Amino acid sequence: MVQLTINGIKYEVEKNKTILEACRDLGIDIPTLCHDDRLEAFGACRMCLVEVESSKNLVVSCSTKVRDGMVIYTDSPKVINARRDVLDLLLSNHPMECLTCEKSGNCKLQNYAYEYGLVDGSYKGEKRNRSIDDSNPFYYYDPNKCIICGLCVRVCNELQGTNAIGFADRGFDSIVATPFYQGLEKSKCVSCGNCVSVCPVGALTPKSRTKFRYWETKKVRTTCSYCGVGCQMDLLVKDNEVVGVEPAFDGFNKGLLCVKGKFGYKFINHPDRLKKPLIKKNGEFVEASWDEAYRLIVSKIKETKEKYGPEAFGGLTSARCTNEENYLFQKLFRAVIGTNNIDHCARL
Amino acid sequence: MTNSIEEILNTDAMFVIGSNTTENHPIIGATMKRAKKRGAKLIVADPRRIELAEYADVFLQIKPGTNIALLNGMMHVIIEKGLQDKEYIEKNTENYEELVKVVKEYTPERVAKICGVKAEDIIKAATIYGEAEKAGIYYTMGVTQHTTGTSGVMSISNLALLCGNIGKESAGVNPLRGQNNVQGACDMGGLPSDYPGYQKVFNEEAAQKFEEAWKVKLSRKPGLTVSEMLHEAEEGNIKFMYIMGENPMVSDPDINHVKKALSNLDFLVVQDIFFTETCELADVVLPAASFAEKDGTFTNTERRIQRVRKAIEPVGESKADWKILADLMNLLGYKARYLNPSDIMDEIARLTPSYGGIDYKRLENRMGIQWPCPNKEHPGTKYLHQNSIARGKGLFMPAEHMDSAELPDKDYPFVLTTGRILYHYHTRTMTGRVEGLNKKAANNYVEINEVTAEKLGIKDGDMVRLISRRGEVEVAARITDIIGEGVLFMPFHFAEGAANYLTNTALDPIAKIPELKVAAVKLEKIS
Repeated sequence: MVQLTINGIKYEVEKNKTILEACRDLGIDIPTLCHDDRLEAFGACRMCLVEVESSKNLVVSCSTKVRDGMVIYTDSPKVINARRDVLDLLLSNHPMECLTCEKSGNCKLQNYAYEYGLVDGSYKGEKRNRSIDDSNPFYYYDPNKCIICGLCVRVCNELQGTNAIGFADRGFDSIVATPFYQGLEKSKCVSCGNCVSVCPVGALTPKSRTKFRYWETKKVRTTCSYCGVGCQMDLLVKDNEVVGVEPAFDGFNKGLLCVKGKFGYKFINHPDRLKKPLIKKNGEFVEASWDEAYRLIVSKIKETKEKYGPEAFGGLTSARCTNEENYLFQKLFRAVIGTNNIDHCARL
Repeated sequence: MTNSIEEILNTDAMFVIGSNTTENHPIIGATMKRAKKRGAKLIVADPRRIELAEYADVFLQIKPGTNIALLNGMMHVIIEKGLQDKEYIEKNTENYEELVKVVKEYTPERVAKICGVKAEDIIKAATIYGEAEKAGIYYTMGVTQHTTGTSGVMSISNLALLCGNIGKESAGVNPLRGQNNVQGACDMGGLPSDYPGYQKVFNEEAAQKFEEAWKVKLSRKPGLTVSEMLHEAEEGNIKFMYIMGENPMVSDPDINHVKKALSNLDFLVVQDIFFTETCELADVVLPAASFAEKDGTFTNTERRIQRVRKAIEPVGESKADWKILADLMNLLGYKARYLNPSDIMDEIARLTPSYGGIDYKRLENRMGIQWPCPNKEHPGTKYLHQNSIARGKGLFMPAEHMDSAELPDKDYPFVLTTGRILYHYHTRTMTGRVEGLNKKAANNYVEINEVTAEKLGIKDGDMVRLISRRGEVEVAARITDIIGEGVLFMPFHFAEGAANYLTNTALDPIAKIPELKVAAVKLEKIS
């Protein structure tokens, strides 16, 4: 353990932590744009600067380890001014399109600009002017909104292991790109969308069928309904429609999803969904009420059981349904119909 | 899985066999790639040079249907080199001598011939696995969907026991389950011989326990598996079928046979969220709510029970499956009074020892709980057999290599194998309705080796006809070098030109799993 003084208050924290980690553990907020607990520290955005007594310059809290006796200020005027400078530089090279930007309301740059009271960038001059890559069917990449935090590149490389994107060019021209600028669709990208999930601004945004504002949605934590990995995710819901999916960072999948989990939700509100019971009459399906459908099924069950006994029934339960539903299905067959002829496609 | 997904990160060696992990279990695939970067060794055995093969220390491009020979060959080498865990074998296993006797005949040279790989690669793979302190085996249907599927799994277990990799963190025998709740459907007794928690229907004590709880008389006779049910339906002995959330008209082998069987029923109920190919044959179709419209739980491949939460109201007049089932039970005169799925889980917990400690309140913890979880104080189980193997001692079950039910011959000279791809899920009922996924993978295809294609004058994108003893389909050719010359691969997702018109219904005698991974076919260019 080491002794620290943060903003005038003494704390004892574990050794080998960064200043950022120690502060977050203590509930002291430090803004970041390029930091992600799952990744190697990057130290690129400089939003996490703090003042350390005896240190001439401000230090980057995400990659500076705590030392015994450190005296740290996270909100001194010097720190606040430095962060305002960082934001000013970013905003000076950022399209001020918050009114139409999909990310509005969920954008870290917008939130910090609000928090630190910046209306626009004060450095007037050339802004990055590149074309939008909309070749991927699931998401847009607008390089003009990119703040070069590198989260997308590092997630693609360090966590997803696909290495589809990287940094290209230097200095003002520096940009996130696919090799040889061939575009996302021709790259190795597997459309997992893990880059989209970490982008703090509107540079990587999902293509959504429905227009929505982030503040109009509610999040519902659930389990992905595709493969057996069972990733945890939040459904974004507007009115009675699922309009997006975000990975859960506190589930075992730690903020990762695949293309189906992240973008494969659009079947939910698809117009093809079955909406009414159907009964086949003279070879044609006609819509029916639940009452009518139930009555027919119940009478057929009774008739078949009477005529042929319970062994004339077979039931396929479902690897797509919940535990509770599978339990009830086998109970219906075993306890009510009276047969063990129950199976599902575990083998298929 | 005996072990947990996060444990992969700290393993010393991974042996991936019959699993295209990065496409079928992408998050586990990504975890494996991270483990590799952190220094773990990787062995991959598959008939196709899948993405993970690019990262492998050894890639064994085996012929479909030769897993057991490969596993026996690796065990042969391990014993020869003295890499087996003698102390573990002594303390924790039975029948070791029998294993030694069987694998003795599987020299790397002989196995190399059976599998179509190099003997030195078998030795290298065996050495990596044998030398690793903690080694995990990861497999899927490439091992199980064979007439020797059960023996294949036993051979994997033999290899793990041989090196003391059961009951150890970051090791184990790890089947990766393909569907969201296939683990749970099995756990809940969605099987012909099992009540929830794998309590056998023919076990008198278990049957009495359920009779008491459910207040009815129960049959001790094990039921029929899917394949047997379809056979009995075709014979006219099964009259009534109820299919909930399944699409056998695409997913089951020999679709012509499935159609005949289902058409022969007196009455068929299909309950689904979309009008599937199977719905066509139904007498009544019931509209079910999707996972986003109901509460419940799924159990993932590492036995983790996690919540499913209702986000929106059911679409149209659709109803949650549990409500439909409870309605029918009540209408049939059996009281099913459940206010919500949480009530059902409480009943499950009372009757299922491994779910004994599960309730919805505990599942609010964000991480779920891994079974076995016998009581409310139990934290769940990260990896199985920690202190001792569940049955007492690990039993070696040595198996001989046996040919697949259908081998290529002069009339049907190619081996067709099937599988899944990244962009689709099972029979495309859901993913086929997602525009972007259809854009990524729009049509059915067959993978053909470039040399084979050249010989037959087939170009990429040409339409070809595949014919097996059971049916024929027309699909587009995809020319590739990731597959061997005598082997063809088709994804089974697509209803049009479905691979399962061709596949073989021959079953593994124990698990009754069909041999979907090997069918003999002929290939013709459509001029």
